[in-house]
Amino acid sequence: MLTVNHIDVFYGDLQVLWDVSFEVHEGEILVLIGANGAGKSTTIKTISSLLTPQKGTIELSGIRLDHHPPHDIIQHGIVHVPEGRRLFSEMTVEENLIMGSLYGEAKTKRYETLEYVYGLFPRLKERRKQTAETLSGGEQQMAAIGRGLMSLPKLMMFDEPSLGLAPILVQEIFSMIRRIKEEGVTILLVEQNVTQTLAMCNRAYVLENGRITLGGTGSELMENEKVKEAFLGI
Amino acid sequence: MEVFLQTLVAGILKGGLYSLIGMGMSMIMGVMKIINLAHGQLMMVAMYVTFACFHFLGLDPYLGLFVAMPALFLLGCLIQKYTLNPLMEVESILPENQVLMTVGIGMVLTEIARFIFTSDYKSVQTSYSGATFFIGETSFSVALVIAFFIAVLFTLIMFWFLTKTDIGRSIRATAQDKDAALLMGVDSKRITIITFGLGSALVAAAGTLLLPVYYLFPDIGGPFTRKAFVITILGGLGSTVGAIFGGITLGLAEAFGATYIGMAFDDMIGLIIFILVLLFLPGGFKRLTKI
Ligand SMILES: Nc1ncnc2c1ncn2[C@@H]1O[C@H](COP(=O)(O)OP(=O)(O)O)[C@@H](O)[C@H]1O
Ligand SMILES: [Mg+2]
Repeated sequence: MLTVNHIDVFYGDLQVLWDVSFEVHEGEILVLIGANGAGKSTTIKTISSLLTPQKGTIELSGIRLDHHPPHDIIQHGIVHVPEGRRLFSEMTVEENLIMGSLYGEAKTKRYETLEYVYGLFPRLKERRKQTAETLSGGEQQMAAIGRGLMSLPKLMMFDEPSLGLAPILVQEIFSMIRRIKEEGVTILLVEQNVTQTLAMCNRAYVLENGRITLGGTGSELMENEKVKEAFLGI
Repeated sequence: MEVFLQTLVAGILKGGLYSLIGMGMSMIMGVMKIINLAHGQLMMVAMYVTFACFHFLGLDPYLGLFVAMPALFLLGCLIQKYTLNPLMEVESILPENQVLMTVGIGMVLTEIARFIFTSDYKSVQTSYSGATFFIGETSFSVALVIAFFIAVLFTLIMFWFLTKTDIGRSIRATAQDKDAALLMGVDSKRITIITFGLGSALVAAAGTLLLPVYYLFPDIGGPFTRKAFVITILGGLGSTVGAIFGGITLGLAEAFGATYIGMAFDDMIGLIIFILVLLFLPGGFKRLTKI
């Protein structure tokens, strides 16, 4: 479905990604794991066109996406739930959700989808008139996911959705991601929370210092000595 | 007491127009993170547009709104698209340098106005220019009262637009988090162009409404840029609601300064308030409304 082909990405003169290639298959949960600073966020920002690869290509079902402006990407069915939630803090929860549905089918079905999102996250419905900055961390993550869902995506990319959340909330967010996958949305998940994500994913890649060093199914990687050592502390 | 009431009324009426001026500047500040130092000069251009419509076509200044606002919307869009946005493409130029560009634009607009209309004072004399009515002992300038209500109307329309339409919400979203807005599909370049256009149209409305009770010359822009700047700082840098409070505060401060200290001080009192806010309430009124 999504193919990342040998991309090199720079911040100014500083190279951060080196020849990164991977594929996301339709209907799966693909996980990208890696330590802090490995280049996980950079990778999905490049897919979102916030960054442009200096070399290599990004294709969605055969359509080149690199060199598209960033605001075009959501209209191709890819939505990015960014690291740190990045809600519009002075807008209400409902306005934040609406911001996910500016174009095309998402716009025509806006109020239908809104009810669906409120069904998934009743807490958001209770707080729909509150500004986003008044929400707790878990609620903010729900709102960020809800905002992404409002665009009726084919592929949803999550950047460390568990960051800064209490363990019980992490469970809730991960089971929500599984549920979204069950409804037919393909998932690209970036995480440092390795144990749980490897258990829930179909396939995973390991990113180290801007390079893909390993790939395989979740259970293969969990058995891998290098992964055990680096991430699982075994 | 009469004098006090009279001053209060004068201050609030003027404040309504100042709110309009400040709201435009605050919107631009919010989205572009720059202060538009051509704001007063854009108002000056709008006043000349209305003046020309009146002088050559006999168009009433209030109808001139329908010419000046679209004209300035267009001018604002063109300025953003062709002079400010290209600066963002050049990596070696800091975004803040757009401010310098606005200073240059203000100077050019002033000199163009001087070239076409000379430096002579112009005014628009209408049947209602000097008209007043009384409530009790307090007199009201008809033109300023009309201006005030039109300003309130535009303010309400702006709020409706910013909170109830997709473009309005996209403007606020871009101001709050540009990258997140891009991820949601907001074309932020287009938003900057629309915002500069709207800010210009709002200040155009203020200029046009002021014209029947004011005089006009090419250098009138500078003082109004300063006022807009003060209102924006008072309001809290980019806050639209704050700008309304900032505008009313400046209007009142000027009116009370002129009455109780002396006409010559009406500009100075604004600056004194400005300094007090900078020292004791950095962040302006927004600080108070957000607690
Ligand atoms: N805006 C930026 N400018 C320069 N370097 C950056 C920027 N953002 C990230 N980096 C660097 O790029 C590398 C990868 O960062 P990132 O993709 O955020 O890692 P991760 O998400 O895996 O923690 C890090 O070394 C980081 O310091
Ligand atoms: Mg990251």
